[in-house]
This record gives sequence, structure tokens and C-alpha cells, in this order.
Amino acid sequence: MAILVNEQTRVLVQGITGYQGEFHGRRMLEFGSKVVAGTSPGKGGGAVAGVPVFDTIAEAVAQTGANASCIFVPARGAKDAALEAIASHLDPVVIITEHIPVHDAIEIVATARAAGVHVVGPNGPGLTSPGKCKIGIMPNTLFKPGPVGLVSRSGTLTYEIVAGLTNAGLGQSTALGLGGDPVVGLTFQEAIEMFARDPETKAIVMVGEIGGAAEEEAARYIQASVKKPVVGYIAGLTAPPGKRMGHAGAVISGTEGTAQGKIKAMEAAGIRVVDLPGRVAETVRGLL
Amino acid sequence: MKLHEFQAKEIFAKYGIPIQKGTVIERPEQLDGITLKYPVALKAQVLVGGRGKAGGIKLAKDPAEARERAKAILGMDIKGEKVRRLLAVEAVDIGAEYYLAFTVDRAARRLVSIGSAAGGIDIEEVARTTPEKIVKVHIDPFAGYHSYHGLEMGRKMGFTGKLLLQYAAIASSLARICDEMDAELVEINPLAVVAGSLLAVDAKLIIDDNAVFRHEGLPRNEELTELEAMAKAEDLSYVELDGDVAIIGNGAGLVMSTLDMIAHFGGRPANFLDVGGGATTENMTQAMDIVLRKPGIHALFINIFGGITRCDDIAAAIAANPPKAPMVVRLTGTNEEEGRAILQKAGIHAFTDPEAAARETVKLAGAR
Repeated sequence: MAILVNEQTRVLVQGITGYQGEFHGRRMLEFGSKVVAGTSPGKGGGAVAGVPVFDTIAEAVAQTGANASCIFVPARGAKDAALEAIASHLDPVVIITEHIPVHDAIEIVATARAAGVHVVGPNGPGLTSPGKCKIGIMPNTLFKPGPVGLVSRSGTLTYEIVAGLTNAGLGQSTALGLGGDPVVGLTFQEAIEMFARDPETKAIVMVGEIGGAAEEEAARYIQASVKKPVVGYIAGLTAPPGKRMGHAGAVISGTEGTAQGKIKAMEAAGIRVVDLPGRVAETVRGLL
Repeated sequence: MKLHEFQAKEIFAKYGIPIQKGTVIERPEQLDGITLKYPVALKAQVLVGGRGKAGGIKLAKDPAEARERAKAILGMDIKGEKVRRLLAVEAVDIGAEYYLAFTVDRAARRLVSIGSAAGGIDIEEVARTTPEKIVKVHIDPFAGYHSYHGLEMGRKMGFTGKLLLQYAAIASSLARICDEMDAELVEINPLAVVAGSLLAVDAKLIIDDNAVFRHEGLPRNEELTELEAMAKAEDLSYVELDGDVAIIGNGAGLVMSTLDMIAHFGGRPANFLDVGGGATTENMTQAMDIVLRKPGIHALFINIFGGITRCDDIAAAIAANPPKAPMVVRLTGTNEEEGRAILQKAGIHAFTDPEAAARETVKLAGAR
């Protein structure tokens, strides 16, 4: 088990002939992911790292049985790329691309929802089920299979915490980055629902940051419905209001989205919130 | 990107939203030839909020007083932003004040229209203290916004007859602006009743930075400090704070967590720079240059977790131009061994544990 991706996942890389698409396509193959096809309109018929390149997803699916997508297409073309993947019912559709206009993200997410497709991102590192499949850009060497499900809004902070878990001998079922934009597909709550149902996942780690109210929403759900232990960490405790802290979504507006508010809501829901990322692993161990 | 009031109002006018007659000036003398009826309101054109409280809006009953007041406002500093332009408008007798906006509701992942009969004041305050006075309509991305949404909202806000129709028409125009201009926020506060009709007395429009590429002819407004602008030109994300520890990291989440760690151990971040994913030696060199230009830096903390970013690229930049400020480096991840070897040759120690590195940084900053 694991969530969203496993041994049966057949990955299609959209934008595989680009710099990032090719680089990370190769890394995914090295990880052991079944990367079966790539797309790059106008470059169909070629190959990248032995992976056949197609002009359209329809052709790629017909010939390779691809069933999930990883999008590296630049922001201007990303909406079209995502809608094409959703129309072909690839699932999940993982969008790595950053700087996608928010009106486009709204359209992508609504279309995916109507089609019953999971979109992960945009502007995230993707997801990894160690020993099974990686879709995205997380470094290959950090992971180890095991009982911890991790969901986070950031990339490198995810790596930091995964490395801490692995060093402490705690492997992961799936590690997943939701993306740092104001509007993203998969939410904390949806990821946590999947971890709660996944028999392999014995403990859940949620790594949030300032902005929005997704952590509070997830905390309410956890309190009502999740029996597995949950450990939390929130970045941005010292961020000043009104400043955009790198991620487009990480800004405190008015009274909403503060780290203090999130930590309070999470602790009230029975989540063990730690004050330094380095304390996640020991806290998980204590709860397993 | 935030637009100034006068820029937003130019767009409002194109979409048929009623605004006051007005003119933009940069020097008091420019008031001389204007054809506005007195009294006029003189409004500082700045991107920061709270200009009214800061004295950036004044009434003038005649040309002499207008020149006097314009002289006082132009050049004024409002929360660090210098007033370069004034919008002079014919003063109006304001009756009831309403609020109307379109923005992104992150949780609903849709656009939302927000209206209130309690306009003219801070809407977040209204939402907190009297949420029943806020009316919201979420916009279905497939069905779109239609006039009946405005009529329904308008009724809930207490409009009837001619004002109701006007309200719905203004809301439809604002919905079109939101859609066609890729707005993150388009807002009228107050939307005021003046002589029996609705008038947009103020205007706010924030265009999604990521969508600026598909809108030609937009003004280039920057609220950035000099160093922030320098970083932006290099595609680096830099934010200024007010302590004495400069911070460089890769990835927004890791950098925020690094700031928190420094504060946790008793330090005060002065600024931070996120070199992002896949930073090169050149990016890193520029990053060190930018953060250390800020006066009063007592220590520099470089916290890198290599993913796409390679530790050897980062180390090469540090070794080639070791900064003059006391520095602590934490380096782990992709090509860590190579990176450490480069630093060792240059006599620079690199930490693996971020907490130990953060503690050391705070100690160095405190020693100054």
C-alpha cells in the first residue's frame, strides 16, 4: 500500500524534452518509477533516456498504458497540459510547474474535481512512495520504506523532515508535497483521509506553513475522524504580516493564516505540534 | 502587482463603473489649469494601506488651499513609501457606504464576490466582529458570474429599485475586470450613495504577478526596497526584516523554518534570501552580496538542503568569495561530500545538523 502511487503506476512526463523534464525524468527512472512515456508537442517519435516521446497524451496512453502524469511544462502552457492530462483521466496529475496564474489553477482544480482526478500541486515537489514509485523532484536518496505518511506544503522542508525520519530509522509509506501556491489541488484533509485509510501508514506527519486555513480545516477533520497518531510542524512563526514569504501562498493577511493560530487549532485537535523540524522524528517514534 | 487608485479607476471607467471626475498631478502647480469644481479632495497615490490615517487625504475649498495642501502631501513619507502623485477629485457628499469586492477564496478554490452594507471601514474588522453583515457568493468556474448573483447579493445588502439595478450592474463590471485582468483582488470601498446614485469613491486592484505576462500595457508598480528589486532582477526571492542575522536558504518552507529556528535560539533575522531550486554558483554569489549589503548585519547563516540544488555549486560560491561577516554554513543533500571538500580546502567548516548551526549563528551575532 501507500497513497496515490504504487507499483502499478505508469508515469507520463509532460514536457520531457525540456531541461527539468529530462533531468527529473531520468531521476525518476533511477528511483525505479515506471516512466513509460513523455509528451512534447511537435517532437513525437523521438525518445528521452529510452522513454518514447509523443505529441499528444491520447497517443501516449494508447501505446504505453500511462496512467499518471508529471507536468514540467512552463507556466504559460501548464493549464493546457493539465487539462489534457485530466481529459485522458490520468490520475494523479502532479504539477511541478511554478508561477501558474491563480485563475488558471482554479480552472484546473475545478476540472479535475468534476472528472474525479487527483491533482497534486501546482508548485510542489510531487510525491514519493519509497520502494514503489516517485513522481516529481524529491531527491532519490532520502527515503526508506516504512510506516510514516508525510504531507507538507513545502519542498526542501519536506526533505529536511524525511531525512530526519530516515536517520532515526523511521521509513515512509508516502511523502507528499501539496505545493506552495494559494490554490492547489489536493488538500491536507484529503491527503490525511487517504493516510488514515492506508493500512501501511501507522503515523501521520503534517508540515504546514503560514497563510490560508487548510491546516485548521485538517485539524478539525483529524479531531473528528482520525485515530492514528499525528505529529505537526508549522513554518513561519516569525513571519511578519503582509509580507509574501517566498511561496505565493505564504502571506499572513489580517487575522488569518498565522502560525500561532494554526498551532493552537492543531494542538486543540490532539495533534502533537513540535517547535523545530528536527524534533519530528523523535516525537513520531514516541507515538508509534 | 498592486495598481494605484488612479490606475484602477481608469480601468473601472473603461468598464462603465461610475467614478468621480478627477485628475492626477505630480507638482502643486499642475492644479492651476484643472477644470474641477471646488471643493476638491486630494488623495496621495501610494501602494501601502492606511494613507488616510497618515494624513495622505485632504480636502481643499479653493485653489489656494489646494496648492498649499498638495505641497504638504507630495513628497510625504507614508509607511516608507514616498508620495510622488496626487489624485485630485471633486469632493462629494457621501451618504450610505457599501463594500464590494471579488477575490480568490483559497479554501473554496474559487473566486468569491464579497459585499457588505457596512462599507467605508476595514472589512476584515467587519468580518471578525459582525460576520452577519458580510454577504458572499462563490463563482462556479464553469457557470461563471451572472447578473442574478448581483441582484441576490444586492437584496441581502438591503438595496431596492434603481440602486439595486445599479449595484448589480457595477458588480457585473467588477466580475468582468476580475476575470479579464487576472485579478487577485478588485475592490470598491466605499461604494457610496451620492445624490441618489452609487459611486466608486475608492478603487483597489491587485493583478496576479504570475499573469502579468498576458496583459499588455500594464503600469510597472514596485513596492520593493532597493535590495528586493536587485534580488527580483536576478530571480531570487528576498525579503527584508529588522534584526541582525542575514539568512540564505533554498526553498520557501525551509527558509521560513530557518528564520523560526534563529528566533527560537534567541536571534533576530535581518533579512532572508531564498535561492530557490537549482541555484547555481552565480546565484549563490549574488545572494551573499545582496543579504550583506543591508547595514547592521552581525552574522550570516547559510542553510542549504540540496535537492535540485547541488552542495558543490553552493560551496564553490562560498569558497571563491568568503563573506566578511561572521558566517555559519549548514550543508547537506545532493553532492554533500564534494561540497564539504571544497569548503574544507578554503578552511570553512560546514555543519550537518541545522539546530547546532542555528545556535552557533546566534552565538556569533551576540558576540558582536
